[in-house]
Amino acid sequence: MNKIDKTVKRLQLKELYSGFRDAEVIKSYAVLIHKLSKNLQKPLNIMEVCGGHTHTIMKYGLKQLLPSNINFIHGPGCPVCIMPKERINHALILSKLPDVILVTLGDMIKVPGSDGSLQDARAQGADVRFVYSPMDCIKISHDNPEKKVIFFAIGFETTTPMSAALINKVVKEKIGNIIFHINHVTIPEAMALLLEDNSHNINAFIGPSHVSVISGSKIYEPFPKIYKKPVVVSGFEPVDVMKSIVMLIEQVLDNRCEVEVEYSRSVSYDGNVQAQKLNNSYFEKREHFRWRGIGDITSSALKLKPEFSFIDAEKIYEAILPTQEINDHKLCICGDILKGKASPQNCNIFGTLCKPSHPVGSCMVSSEGACAAYYKYGDIL
Amino acid sequence: MCLCIPSKITLIDKEKNSCIVDTMGVKREASLDLMEVDTLSIGDYVLIHIGFVMNKIDTEDALTSLEAFEEVLSLMDDEELEETVHKGDNCPNE
Amino acid sequence: MKHNHITLAHGNGGEESSLLINKIFYEAFNNDILKKSEDAAIIEGGKLAFSTDSFTVTPLFFSGGDIGKLAVCGTCNDLAMMGARPKYLTCSVIIEEGFSIDSLEKIVDSMKKELTVNGAIVVSGDTKVVPKGSVDKIFINTTGIGEVLYPEISASKITEDDLILLSRDIGNHGAAIFASREGIELSSDLKSDCASLYPIVKKLIDAKVKISALRDATRGGVGAVLNEWAQSSNICIEIEERHIPMSDEVMGLCEILGFDAISLANEGTFVLAIQKEDASKALEILKIYNSFASVVGKVTQHYSKKVVLHSEWGTTRFLDMPSGELLPRIC
Repeated sequence: MNKIDKTVKRLQLKELYSGFRDAEVIKSYAVLIHKLSKNLQKPLNIMEVCGGHTHTIMKYGLKQLLPSNINFIHGPGCPVCIMPKERINHALILSKLPDVILVTLGDMIKVPGSDGSLQDARAQGADVRFVYSPMDCIKISHDNPEKKVIFFAIGFETTTPMSAALINKVVKEKIGNIIFHINHVTIPEAMALLLEDNSHNINAFIGPSHVSVISGSKIYEPFPKIYKKPVVVSGFEPVDVMKSIVMLIEQVLDNRCEVEVEYSRSVSYDGNVQAQKLNNSYFEKREHFRWRGIGDITSSALKLKPEFSFIDAEKIYEAILPTQEINDHKLCICGDILKGKASPQNCNIFGTLCKPSHPVGSCMVSSEGACAAYYKYGDIL
Repeated sequence: MCLCIPSKITLIDKEKNSCIVDTMGVKREASLDLMEVDTLSIGDYVLIHIGFVMNKIDTEDALTSLEAFEEVLSLMDDEELEETVHKGDNCPNE
Repeated sequence: MKHNHITLAHGNGGEESSLLINKIFYEAFNNDILKKSEDAAIIEGGKLAFSTDSFTVTPLFFSGGDIGKLAVCGTCNDLAMMGARPKYLTCSVIIEEGFSIDSLEKIVDSMKKELTVNGAIVVSGDTKVVPKGSVDKIFINTTGIGEVLYPEISASKITEDDLILLSRDIGNHGAAIFASREGIELSSDLKSDCASLYPIVKKLIDAKVKISALRDATRGGVGAVLNEWAQSSNICIEIEERHIPMSDEVMGLCEILGFDAISLANEGTFVLAIQKEDASKALEILKIYNSFASVVGKVTQHYSKKVVLHSEWGTTRFLDMPSGELLPRIC
């Protein structure tokens, strides 16, 4: 057992990890879950919305510790996975324009569009760069004054304010060679849509960790109120997830239905107000946005406000960016997986035609996608 | 993509509105553009995401959580732990 | 193969690399020695080991070493991993027009130092200079011949009588390279583990430790080695995750950037398959060089050709061959 220092002043950084990954604590919560769940009248199907949580569950093998009446349904919280092909094609088209440097984050570079991925475009000579932070665009733009840097922005609420911070800098400092293609999406609308499908079997939600740090836990209020589904906002260490499951079981057993925050060390009701203000200065909601595999979700995505059209790549290059919807390969069931209706193992091409080295569907491409998580951590049972 | 790791502030640069954070011995710069002015000090624990400080971690709350885990641990005995993990369950509803 | 052009993933030392090598090179050059795909080829009836490696690491100078040290360690280690004493090396360089002669001297000096550690000499070489932009500063190739001291070391000879050991904490080279690259702006105490392994191997041989296999965990990391061994020997390797040694700094970097240390490159860390009765003796020798050395796993037949990780809290998962473009130009 870890010896935990009683004085806050001497709390070591390492404990902010190790304490929430402690093997004995994980096992103890497993025992507690087994005890409590014996009193459940029916199975509890929990949707973990966020791809990061899917990852934690798979990486730490948490399913193996749970009784059979507690099930995970993997949600669509993977911003790369839900990017529709036609918008990935926008990135490909923009990257091949002369004197353009297309910049984006992480996994976006591997997602296949209709004609390969950004990685393939790079191999064929397009100037595509992946960056750790949107602010890295500033240096790229300074070093390449004659080129146009197009930042292909992706991500949920966690990542949106960072794009806003870059836009703020570009606007305030009048940086003339950075423009934006905005693909930010929002979580609660997607969660609500899944519940509007009558064939769903979601009983409860584990709320995303860092979306909630930014937006606050207030955004989940409609779920107990309108949809009668409890939400526990969880941290993404394994102990956090196990404790959140306990909290959900206890809600069901106590006949409660509310929003609770397990990740109280980082999540507040209001969230990061400064970040929200920055978002509101530059972004507004799009009426429509098609989520790959799910379809159109109203008000679930953001775009630049009209007064910032001068840095909006979608407006500037409107003539060459097609909006025709492109459907996935017919064998791909990412849509059902994103809706929580199927598991990667139900897919006929999982692990064969569709693998991380040559993904067919988006759930395999991103390290947060359900298929990638299942493939990598190989569900051994 | 959601990789927000707790880090400790070791230096604050008010002019650049950024700070240096230490994550297990790895030091890097992070922007303070998402934080209200003067809300952070050296020694604070924060969450970093793609080069930005997202929030300050409530260390008292973290400690309370860690202490609560000790309680959960103390309620279990070794036999229960081994049985549950290795032998599965007898849940009536599947 | 689905791709019709080379991508960076083909150089990752993992799944895509294997595919490329098998489908194009092995098919064309087909012969029994090549097909064994050990760290070095055993030729002349088992008397000699023969290996080649090219070095394109960026940056050229990093914490814990430089491309010169790497170029000698890399090839000499491949020989040592076959139980051979490195004896003769060649050194071919391709230098970009405009490269600093001062830097070249530093690199060659590092090579000289490392040759001494291995007891080897450079007996032949080649120097090419190409116009600016044709290579990135300098690429080095070394080829080495060694005298086999402990024969029959092979990735296909591992059995349930063996235990799996690691010579030190993992992931240092990959982490250090990533930390020193421009654009990420990290600073840390991370240091490459770049080192010659022959002295340790010699001690193991002299102590008459029964070695089944050795492999240095370069591109693709420890994960790649374990999977290659599981395939070659048709076994299941079962690893206790909590015994895998890792420094706090490497863990921190992996946390920040989302890497798995077990897939990160090493340049002075090796995996050993040692017969059970000699495992403690081997561990004692390894610990003289690094206190992080440990026994990490065993061999079974539970899942054919797979590597299984056991967590501290009683769950298990497969460890697959690393794939994708992780860190280009790591070595």
